Amino acid sequence: MKYAFYPGCVARGGAPELYDSALAVMERLGIEHVELTKAACTGAGVLQEKNLKMGDILNVRTFAMAEQMDLPIMVLCSTCQGVMSQANHRVKRDPEYLAEINKHLAAEGLEYKGTTSIKHLLWALIEDIGLDKLKETFTRELTGMNMAPFYGCYMVRPSDALEFPAFPQRETSIEDLIESVGGTVTDFAGKTACCGFPILFINQANSMKMVANHTGTAKDLGADAMVTPCPLCHLNLDGYQPKARRQVRGDKADLPVIHVPQLIGLAMGMSEKALGLQKHIVSTKELVRKAEAAPAKV
Amino acid sequence: MPETMNVKLKVKRFDPADSGGKTWWQEYEVDIHPDSTVLDSLIHVREQDDGTLALRCACRASICGSCGMKVNGNAKLVCKTRVVDVAPNGEQLTIEPMGNQHVVRDLVVSLDTFFSQIKRVEPFLKPSYVPEQGEYTASNESMENLLTAMNCIMCGCCVSDCTVLEVDANFIGPAALAKAWRFTEDPRDSQRNERLKSLNDEDGGMWDCTRCMKCVEVCPKGVAPMDRIMELREAAIEAGNTNTSGYRHTESFYKSVKKNGRLDETRLAIDSAGWTNIPRLLDLAPIGIAAMRKGKLPPLIPHKSEDHTRVKELYESVEGESK
Repeated sequence: MKYAFYPGCVARGGAPELYDSALAVMERLGIEHVELTKAACTGAGVLQEKNLKMGDILNVRTFAMAEQMDLPIMVLCSTCQGVMSQANHRVKRDPEYLAEINKHLAAEGLEYKGTTSIKHLLWALIEDIGLDKLKETFTRELTGMNMAPFYGCYMVRPSDALEFPAFPQRETSIEDLIESVGGTVTDFAGKTACCGFPILFINQANSMKMVANHTGTAKDLGADAMVTPCPLCHLNLDGYQPKARRQVRGDKADLPVIHVPQLIGLAMGMSEKALGLQKHIVSTKELVRKAEAAPAKV
Repeated sequence: MPETMNVKLKVKRFDPADSGGKTWWQEYEVDIHPDSTVLDSLIHVREQDDGTLALRCACRASICGSCGMKVNGNAKLVCKTRVVDVAPNGEQLTIEPMGNQHVVRDLVVSLDTFFSQIKRVEPFLKPSYVPEQGEYTASNESMENLLTAMNCIMCGCCVSDCTVLEVDANFIGPAALAKAWRFTEDPRDSQRNERLKSLNDEDGGMWDCTRCMKCVEVCPKGVAPMDRIMELREAAIEAGNTNTSGYRHTESFYKSVKKNGRLDETRLAIDSAGWTNIPRLLDLAPIGIAAMRKGKLPPLIPHKSEDHTRVKELYESVEGESK
């Protein structure tokens, strides 16, 4: 498998452990990639508040770059996935609008025909590699480890732009992945809710309540960790968990929040350092200890 | 196709007069026509098995907006929801009253919360003149533009599943903001700027939406309240409302991508707080220090994407177009 790789701003900024762990896992799986170093930020839905067309132009430019290489795009971020899927959905339905956008790209020798698909690493693992083949690369059985999924809004809504009708398994993708490593799913209602990150700098009190509710509820239900495909959710649920838990629940941050490739990496027997687990704000020590004590996969 | 279909329901019950106001789950099983809706099955339960089950419905044709409730965790009009679509293999359906609203009994919620939010946006035209004769007129195009928001049947599904209302009862909510948008876009209304300013300034106004899209997903009439909220924000900015963290956040994001091709996370945090807002800036410091200690503080001088000058040129050509 080969992808046009779009890691996104946060994996190259505030969550470097995501970038590192994704590359480590992709190498182990033999996934080839060409990084789209010239591509711009997706706009994260924020830039779109001010100028939707500008956002669409930047994203279509990225699609056209991948199309020229005849490769699907791989992302590491729920928000990148969602914003790109929405842009792709809009221009594919409206040829006139696409033609207008292509005019802006002509100077660069780019023209988007509408054939690029965008896949989060999480979806690629399940849809392109396949869970059976993925499991062959695991060296540990993470039995007895309870993990709560946390999707990130943009990975689940709007469901039509994300092609849920054609790919119904996307609805349970994190749960399926947790089960594939031998873990137990801690199901909770907040798994498809907002993490609070988009309003972190706008209404921090509300944002902190969301972080405390989600991490606190999952912990109360017995989760050892939370797994998310979204580095923005991670920034809030991990980075702001100490403050949120203290402020809202009067307790301590005790739920590690890990990225999708870190979960897979643990099952592949990779080290704490290779996966950047020491870079988390909420300690992952107990989680790593449990993983290291897990039985070898037979 | 078989003549009947077996439907399994798990319903959240609540009787304020009984069991100290506690809720409980009750399971039902009914055999009904395979084309039935979730509402058909609930009515069947009430009429054949358990007359104490309280639910509200009227038109049965997704026009009146009375039968909003949660099916498997998501708000739906149950008259519009066929059983085969939500339980294709005969799975048990979980039915609960809508969220974020006071439960009167079983599946019936009070509409007080919903209408108090709607009233906050003064949902009526405020024209600047009285026509000398006849009616207030508006062009077809301007009314077509309003069709999405005018489709609202006030069922409360968006309010039920709003993730902000879950943590903040003061948020004005998706239905009211979509309603407000409808009046700011109506050419007969004379209070557009005042409406935008007030929704921009007030606590719980347009900037408190998290953009989680739950309301877009659950609205049974295609109102897409969050899309309307985004249009309100754009209009508020255009009308010169630049005094909010929300505005600074959007502006900083826009400029950061223009300059670097990528997001400057550090700058975004400081810009949103406001460069002269000392308490907010001090509040950011411990988080920055914690990130630095873990070796993951975003770079203070942002990385740029290759070819970022091309991104800037694109910005300039689009900005030139809209002038």
